[in-house]
Amino acid sequence: MKILVPVKRVIDYNVRPRIKQDGSGVDLSNVKMSMNPFDEIAVEEAVRLKEKGVATEVIAVSVGPAKAADTLRTALAMGADKAILVQTDEAVEPLAVAKILKAIAAEEEPGLIVLGKQAIDDDSNQTGQMLAALWGRPQGTFASKVEVEGDAVLVTREVDGGLETVKLALPAVVTTDLRLNEPRFASLPNIMKARSKPMATKTPEDYGVDITPRLKVVKVAEPAGRAAGVKVESVDALVAKLKELGVA
Amino acid sequence: MTKVLVWAEHDNATLKEATLHAVTAGAQLGAVTLLVAGAGVSGVVDAAKQVAGVEAVLVADDAAYGAALAENVAPLIVGLLGDFDAFVAPATSHGKNIAPRVAALLDVAQISDILTVEGPKTFTRPIYAGNAIATVESTDAKLVITARTTGFAKAEATGGSAAVSPANGAGDAGLSSFVSAEVAASERPELTSARIVVSGGRALKDEQTFADTIYPLADKLGAAVGASRAAVDAGYVPNDYQVGQTGKIVAPDVYIAVGISGAIQHLAGMKDSKTIIAINKDEDAPIFQIADLGLVADLYSAVPELVSKL
Repeated sequence: MKILVPVKRVIDYNVRPRIKQDGSGVDLSNVKMSMNPFDEIAVEEAVRLKEKGVATEVIAVSVGPAKAADTLRTALAMGADKAILVQTDEAVEPLAVAKILKAIAAEEEPGLIVLGKQAIDDDSNQTGQMLAALWGRPQGTFASKVEVEGDAVLVTREVDGGLETVKLALPAVVTTDLRLNEPRFASLPNIMKARSKPMATKTPEDYGVDITPRLKVVKVAEPAGRAAGVKVESVDALVAKLKELGVA
Repeated sequence: MTKVLVWAEHDNATLKEATLHAVTAGAQLGAVTLLVAGAGVSGVVDAAKQVAGVEAVLVADDAAYGAALAENVAPLIVGLLGDFDAFVAPATSHGKNIAPRVAALLDVAQISDILTVEGPKTFTRPIYAGNAIATVESTDAKLVITARTTGFAKAEATGGSAAVSPANGAGDAGLSSFVSAEVAASERPELTSARIVVSGGRALKDEQTFADTIYPLADKLGAAVGASRAAVDAGYVPNDYQVGQTGKIVAPDVYIAVGISGAIQHLAGMKDSKTIIAINKDEDAPIFQIADLGLVADLYSAVPELVSKL
């Protein structure tokens, strides 16, 4: 069984985003970029399934600029076997990404597609669900545990009230949540080895997908600020304040 | 008049509060019809038809919809949306699971996690973990939206008298099945709807210390318990306690952050709380920059003292 792992190049999660003066978006020039953390978890899960003998091949895919090749190299260094870069300098919305991924799924026929539940830049939380819909397959979102059993996969999901387990017929789409695993660091030898692994470069047109955005970004602004309040000196003062608020 | 279909969140027995927030969001766009899809939902329907601002209730009562599986529910919604201009779900784990599947089947972009309605097709939504707010306008013929519950006040649970009619879908798509649920049993209020939340951070050292320190304070105040991602990652509490961009978004009347430094990702999940109280021994902790009330103190002495004096 092949596993397809879509990954996204995003602003590093430790970097505080700066909003452009003209309000057109977030300034990404000279900013450290990394693999979306939820996608790292997805790569790790796919590689573990290969190590367990459940998967035969792990294919990493990224839709993005030429630099997204770096993100794919990271996936290859973590253990993916080959990579596909669908190159475009345009911003691609989740629906168009899902369409591209569906076209790749039709070619590669993976048994599982594992990806992050959301990207930490646009925070959409859509791509996996949309891909599953277009592909006509089931989805296990926000996964904290994934077990392949014959022609099905059991996915334990992080839901509002706790955990929920669903059984999905393969092929299926799984989106990862934080507790699924702890991604490995790529070792230097593996980083070197990744350089010689195959990476195909494609375009959205190759898959016949129109990536014209459906949403117009009117503006991007700072969130409303919240002023610092006062410091109290003692627990007694805090108790008094809580009583004032009517909660104690 | 714009017609809006709102997906009702429920557990087949009771209507969840998240629905009331989504109704408010939907009502800002047009006339709201509430869809109750589930199994054995007569109690939910009774509650749904009384929600103020709901003009009609559609009921799809079928075993296939009992576990809110997206594979079964999304085609049902798509089938109904021919008569509607917009679909709104609360941005809960179920809502976030179902809505994008609906959007893709309709070939429209979803607008996730909206905070406000700015115009018929214009909305604000948080991006970059709430570090920026984007105003976006849809160019699609139909709208598919998830609404952040803290962005919209609850609709009144009573006062309405909506007409109820049945809705039919294809039922079980045969792709997925519900196996089991592990619902965190708790005597405390639910995190996302509690009036008071007490949250602990990495400073709580371990599971036992977290329990010994945070729970007595929460119980004294009748509060829900939350945690920072650091505390969850360290295994002090389960993941469903996590408050933050990748966890739960809360906006209680009073939020008490204990031993939480205030990482961006945590602040994104609680900064809309009415009153924020922070207890931290590091007076430079970022949490104090947004706290209304700060106490610079060692939590191991301050919290027990607080509990004893309440």
